[in-house]
Amino acid sequence: MKIAITSGKGGTGKTTVSTGLFQVLTKYMKYNVQLLDCDVEEPDCHIFIKASETAKYPVNIFKPEIDVEKCTFCGKCKAVCAFNAIVLLPTAHFIEVVGDMCHGCGACSYVCPQGAIVEKNEEIGQVTHFDYYARDEFIEGRMNVGNSLQTRVIRDTITHAKEKGIVLFDSPPGTSCPVVATVSKADYVVMVTEPTPFGLHDLKLMVETVKQLGKTHGIVVNKAGLNYKPLYDYIHQNKISLLGEIPFKKELAGAYSKGEIVAETSEEIKKIFVDIINKILNEKGV
Amino acid sequence: MKKAYEIVILSGKGGAGKTSITAAFASLAKNAVFTDCDVDAADLHLILLPEIYHNENFDSGSKAIIDNKKCTACGLCKDLCCFSAIDFLNDEPVIDEFACEGCGLCAIACPVGAITIENYENNHIYFADCRFGPMVYGKLGIAEENSGKLVSKIRQYAKETARTASTEYIITDGPPGIGCPVISSVTGADLVVAVTEPTLSGWHDLERLIEMIGRFQTPVKVIINKYDLNEDMANTIEKKLNDKGIEILGKSLMMRLWFMHFLKVKPSTNTNPMAHWQIK
Repeated sequence: MKIAITSGKGGTGKTTVSTGLFQVLTKYMKYNVQLLDCDVEEPDCHIFIKASETAKYPVNIFKPEIDVEKCTFCGKCKAVCAFNAIVLLPTAHFIEVVGDMCHGCGACSYVCPQGAIVEKNEEIGQVTHFDYYARDEFIEGRMNVGNSLQTRVIRDTITHAKEKGIVLFDSPPGTSCPVVATVSKADYVVMVTEPTPFGLHDLKLMVETVKQLGKTHGIVVNKAGLNYKPLYDYIHQNKISLLGEIPFKKELAGAYSKGEIVAETSEEIKKIFVDIINKILNEKGV
Repeated sequence: MKKAYEIVILSGKGGAGKTSITAAFASLAKNAVFTDCDVDAADLHLILLPEIYHNENFDSGSKAIIDNKKCTACGLCKDLCCFSAIDFLNDEPVIDEFACEGCGLCAIACPVGAITIENYENNHIYFADCRFGPMVYGKLGIAEENSGKLVSKIRQYAKETARTASTEYIITDGPPGIGCPVISSVTGADLVVAVTEPTLSGWHDLERLIEMIGRFQTPVKVIINKYDLNEDMANTIEKKLNDKGIEILGKSLMMRLWFMHFLKVKPSTNTNPMAHWQIK
């Protein structure tokens, strides 16, 4: 079963929840489990999951290269490019691909009548495998700084998910394409929120997204204890499963700041994570 | 006339305090246009409570649509698609609309003309007035794309608004991360204020953000938010930033008080004397 851990708003505790669930599943519940860090712009799970690297795979896309000798400056490539990535000045005999705009779809080389465009590999990120407790896997997707094709790195990372056991996806924040790329491949979605107007506002957007994708879902309230009633009213009125609440305590924030797994700070907190997993497994009938 | 000075507030990591800091700046700024470029989860309006006077729909990307009646299931489109967005189930084509980037290669290549590309306009741009000045902000349609283009458009409108209203500053609440919408919000801006928190992940994400901004040669200054969360870490970050020659604009406390402000939805400087930054 694939579980995506998401949040509309950043900083609500996605990584706290995903690393906590991973730790509890692997160390105490002895499940066959894998964690995929899909927040490829800012992958942070490795700060908490201290594991040894076993393999690294490049994420490549095709980038067109135009042979100016063969090019007749006919403009067919520019006309088909949906991303405005080709600059062409026919009178000046100037043609160039704007690397940052190119999505590597291959349409330009397909239509070029001269065969002047060849596709070269370009590395935009890496997928790294780590060994954890000599049994379970932690996998990180990481986009190269300066690149903007985060969705491609995420999709590539998800192809490394195993079919059996439990797979956790630590999703990027927000509700747009990188999140959809992650959530659409999951069987269950955990939405992490905080009891503030911002948390609730962004949670509503996330709930809409998840409903549109037709995914079963539940909520974890982090930083609980701030007594923001509208959040609980919303959860109740919309009959969304409340999987658990992690209290707002400075000790937990302190542990997080040092790269410690929040789920292991006390027996009480650990139990919250175990209960979250049991609720999900119950809901999915696993 | 002088072009407005554009400040973009960013933080690689979400939840470090971009929106609170932007709102704090807003309550101090006398002469600015405010924009929210965190188009996935725009929250600034929750504090600034703007009154919208105009909204417009904006391009949210295009998708391929296959006419099953015309399709001969030759499979050429599937072979060509770089995004693995096309598959066949019992000789019927199925498009994964979330994987499709709307490049149009399949439509060009289809030998029987069974594929068309459709444009959607489910993103929104709002023009509004708030108690601190004019505001332009965007909202991405649910599960829609093109956040980078939407950000560029919002910034363009903000500049026009600044020109019309003769404001000195444009203050932008940016998106988290370092991907396409962030790049769109940084290019050509005058100053990036990066907000971080004293945690290992806060630093990790800030370092990546600074490296990204460096490519666009936009000056960057840092605010360490919630510095009392881990003062050792805050000092370490301060030292590392000094080594990089990056100026620290200020440090702010993490207090339950801040959260209380959130609950009341007020910008933090209205009542919080700790927020002492001035817009330089």
